[in-house]
Amino acid sequence: MSILELHKVSKVYGEGDTEVDAITDIELSVDRGSLVAIMGPSGSGKSTLLTIAGSLEEPTSGDVMIDGTRLAGMSRNDKARLRRRSVGYVFQDFNLLKGLTAVENVSLPLELDGVAMKKARSTAMAALEELGLADRADRFPDQLSGGERQRVAIARAVVGERSLLLADEPSGALDSVNGESVMRMILAACHGGVAAVVVTHDAKLASWADRVVFLRDGRAVDETLPPPSPEELLNPDVPNPS
Amino acid sequence: MSIRHSLLALLSEGQKYGFQLRQEFEASTGEVWALNVGQVYTTLQRLERDGLAVSDDVEADERQRNYRITEKGEEELARWLRTPPDLSQPPRDELVIKVLVASRLPSVDVHDVIQVHRRYLVQLMQQWTRMKEDESRLDLAFALAVDAELFRLDSVVRWLDSADGRLRRATLESTESPKEDTAALPSIRRRTGAHQ
Repeated sequence: MSILELHKVSKVYGEGDTEVDAITDIELSVDRGSLVAIMGPSGSGKSTLLTIAGSLEEPTSGDVMIDGTRLAGMSRNDKARLRRRSVGYVFQDFNLLKGLTAVENVSLPLELDGVAMKKARSTAMAALEELGLADRADRFPDQLSGGERQRVAIARAVVGERSLLLADEPSGALDSVNGESVMRMILAACHGGVAAVVVTHDAKLASWADRVVFLRDGRAVDETLPPPSPEELLNPDVPNPS
Repeated sequence: MSIRHSLLALLSEGQKYGFQLRQEFEASTGEVWALNVGQVYTTLQRLERDGLAVSDDVEADERQRNYRITEKGEEELARWLRTPPDLSQPPRDELVIKVLVASRLPSVDVHDVIQVHRRYLVQLMQQWTRMKEDESRLDLAFALAVDAELFRLDSVVRWLDSADGRLRRATLESTESPKEDTAALPSIRRRTGAHQ
């Protein structure tokens, strides 16, 4: 079942002489449990695609559906509710609130959605425990390492019943070992049933995805073939993909 | 890759038989590089000839011989480990040549050519990454060997990205100032070291 669907989605910024096509006619479908990476150079429209997929921005034309719900025509409040309940975001610079502890950062979206504070906190603790951060729960962001901050950001993104995880360069400035940990966590969330879209220019991160879509000048110009089965991987006679 | 020095490294841990060296070599490379037993015995013969290893019974069949490293062998191993491989000469890279050729042909869209290779490389990277997905079964030697391959492929993808950007910029500049066009292209060729 598709958790995210984009149909002929375009976004134009500016008007007249200053008009810029950020993305054009994007078709994208992401199933439950699958991880899709979007690769492309700076200015290719990766981040615009992600913000539109997460309903943070309106497309100029085309349709976006999250969890089977069409975003066009929804009120601002309904969209905000859908975002809180269904969509988790992971940003390059983590975007944790400095004045809140790790567990408060993770429980905040639940509390905003009306979950009682005690219940929100225990759910947040469970998410932190799953990512090996139980002993960091009461620390503030500036008392955590870069890798720990990003794990908190991922816990915040997947906490509750989120079905869609959107990540923009999620390994940020982390080294490659920590970058790999971030992708393992996102993949684990997918194995738990979440659909994820990761935007990156890093092929090492993108290679964790089931499918990689290549963006160029705002258009999806290409994508990788479906991954080989385990039998194919173990059979050296299988021809190279091309 | 030097089989000779890899076998010396295994012998520096203690005495070993040929079949044992083969098994341990494959295990130490995460079974990414296979080795046939014939290569092992040929290499051991050369190590003996050069005084870097000795066997306990020169009369016995080579499969029955137990090999150990000599003092000269230990010195050779230490020297080899600290000698950087010769990377001073760029390899004659087929992919680089294809992109350079495509960039000169007006009938070919070089960016499409680059994308075909980029997709192929990312697909290869997906296959390697999938092999290390199950962390609980991830052997350290295998993880290191897979990472080496991923970093190698990643560097090629990065070069393609850079070439793509550089070619786009060159096209843009030539459209904006046609006179500079003829000067810009040879400078690209000089930098990449391609022959005309």
